[in-house]
Amino acid sequence: MLSIKDLRASVAEQEILKGLSLDIKPGEVHAIMGPNGSGKSTLGNVLTGRQGFQVTGGSVTYQGADLLELETEERAREGLFLAFQYPVEIPGVSNMEFLKAAVDATRKHRDLPELSSVEFLKLARETSKKVDLDASFLKRGVNEAFSGGEKKRNELLQMMLLEPKLCILDETDSGLDIDALQVVANGVNAMRSPERSFIVVTHYQRLLDYIVPDFVHVLAGGRIVKSGDKELAKELEAKGYGWLEQEVA
Amino acid sequence: MTDKSITDFQQQALVLAGQQTSPDWLAGLREQGAELWSSAAWPSRKTEHWKYTPLAPLQKVGFGRWADVEADWQDQQEWLDIDATRLVFVNGVFHPEHSSELPAEVVRFGAAEGAARAVIEKHLGKVVDAEKHLFAALSNAWTSDGVLLHVPANQRLEKPLYVIHVSTATAEPATANQRLLLVLENGAQAEVIEHFVSGASEQNGFVNGLTEVVVGENAELHHYRLNLEEENILHVGGVHVDLQRSARLRAFTIAQGSRLKRIDYQVNHRGEGAELDLQGLYLPRNKQLIDYHTEIRHMVPHCTSKEVFHGIVGDSAKAVFNGRIYIHPHAQKTLAELSNKNLLTSNKAEVDTKPELEIYADDVKCAHGATVSQLNLTALYYLQSRGIPRAEAEVMLNFGFINELLQQVAQPAVRAYLGPRLAQLFSPNSELLRHLSYE
Ligand SMILES: Nc1ncnc2c1ncn2[C@@H]1O[C@H](COP(=O)(O)OP(=O)(O)OP(=O)(O)O)[C@@H](O)[C@H]1O
Ligand SMILES: [Mg+2]
Repeated sequence: MLSIKDLRASVAEQEILKGLSLDIKPGEVHAIMGPNGSGKSTLGNVLTGRQGFQVTGGSVTYQGADLLELETEERAREGLFLAFQYPVEIPGVSNMEFLKAAVDATRKHRDLPELSSVEFLKLARETSKKVDLDASFLKRGVNEAFSGGEKKRNELLQMMLLEPKLCILDETDSGLDIDALQVVANGVNAMRSPERSFIVVTHYQRLLDYIVPDFVHVLAGGRIVKSGDKELAKELEAKGYGWLEQEVA
Repeated sequence: MTDKSITDFQQQALVLAGQQTSPDWLAGLREQGAELWSSAAWPSRKTEHWKYTPLAPLQKVGFGRWADVEADWQDQQEWLDIDATRLVFVNGVFHPEHSSELPAEVVRFGAAEGAARAVIEKHLGKVVDAEKHLFAALSNAWTSDGVLLHVPANQRLEKPLYVIHVSTATAEPATANQRLLLVLENGAQAEVIEHFVSGASEQNGFVNGLTEVVVGENAELHHYRLNLEEENILHVGGVHVDLQRSARLRAFTIAQGSRLKRIDYQVNHRGEGAELDLQGLYLPRNKQLIDYHTEIRHMVPHCTSKEVFHGIVGDSAKAVFNGRIYIHPHAQKTLAELSNKNLLTSNKAEVDTKPELEIYADDVKCAHGATVSQLNLTALYYLQSRGIPRAEAEVMLNFGFINELLQQVAQPAVRAYLGPRLAQLFSPNSELLRHLSYE
């Protein structure tokens, strides 16, 4: 599904990703952990083609094609989804119009018929119920004055509506209360399928008790420095990252 | 331009003003206006209140009489879809056949007798300071027809008052003077919409539109002023308001551009507990210029004013926003907020925004901010990351910037009218507008 080879990327003239490699097969869940500032969000930004993030080396193949050739919106329509660590507030643009525009664009790309306003409203309401977000949030501006947890649930809502193939969750668990964490985990687990893959970026082993990963990677200094199974997350929880840096050095 | 020709120019206006017919009892106001207009120094670049807004386009066109209107003038008109008392003025002339029957609260100056006339004499020209506002002086000098809305104490005006000012095509320079006086007695309530429109064909018109407002104790006015004349209409106007104790004014204004559009709002908080909520939008394009000058004067304690203006400036257009807040030494516990946000959609677009605070009381809360920015790239990326095409995302963001205020407009007919019309400014391609919501 996704094959990242020796990826190097800079932002503001500074190299952040320094030869990162990662392979993800359909249906797999990969957790990425790592110290603050190590490049986890940068990876998400680079994969989604955010302006200002320059790829200086390596390759990214997604579903057999060169991902880096595509525009941000094309990547999204091809099924790449990033749940933002910091979702963006857009006052004046209603959540509803935003969601409809996104779903329409995606369905069009997949040659699916457009949902009528009524059909979409029904779908949006049902889905927001699943992420425990009141339907009134559909009428508000995109993320406008949402609480931290509400923003994360809104990310999940978008993910569910867009039915992506590869989902990157960037600290979707941060700032969530226990119940909300459960909601997010259930949402992700319900979407797990043999065709759909996930990259789950998190600082907390706790999330991985709910969303059990196939692989756990440690990203440090712009590279994957260690990979393992879910036991690695427990080890990290107990020992921190210091021992790894020594091991790598 | 030399001093002499400027004098001629001012003189030209006076001659025309003098030719207007009006009731005798308005003669005093007209003379006083003529006096001020002819003695006032003509604004130059050094005149603080006209610094960024040259009057050259007006001087180039000059003043004149409007010829008879074309038979098809009405075909070009699209008005609000609203159940209201409608008054239609075309080039400053009242058109009864397009207007509603007037309720008792609405009186034209020419027809005012007894009590109505007393109200006009009491307030007309008294709210606005014509020594400070040059074009108010001209308006006074020019006063002929005009409309009084007088809502008696504790009454609620049944239907909104909808005053439409149409400017029609004119090959020759032509001038229209619009005058409105709104007086709400204690505890009265009303809604008033002023709508300035024009056809799209050749224009050389100049509109001087002045509105004075008195909101009595505990009275509440919802006021809209929509300046939507086309490109070639020059417009100078003002809304001048006195708020009495616990009076409330909820005001919304919008201006689309021309080579010169200058609108002043002056609101005087004269009674304790008065509240002002003023929101505005301006959208100059091409080589247009829009200038909003607002001045909020807090004269007494415990009043609030909230003022938010958003502007989108495109092409080589220019916007000027000057927001002055004056807080008198006695006006303790004042709460005054002013926010002005500007979005430039072209590298050649320009904004001069300036908050001016004069605060002489110590126990007040006063917040102000002005920003000038370009397209929000983070928001753009967010929308694109959901599969939304870049072109559509840009339209959504531009419209969203306007919609932040538009969606708060209380009158649904105004929202419904403006929504699709403003959206069209951001793209001629309806495909890109289809997801916008006007609710
Ligand atoms: N737009 C930018 N301009 C300048 N520096 C940036 C920018 N974006 C990221 N960086 C820098 O790149 C480095 C990696 O940041 P990144 O957000 O990828 O870290 P992270 O691993 O996600 O950290 P965290 O766990 O705190 O979310 C940091 O040092 C950060 O300051
Ligand atoms: Mg991060």
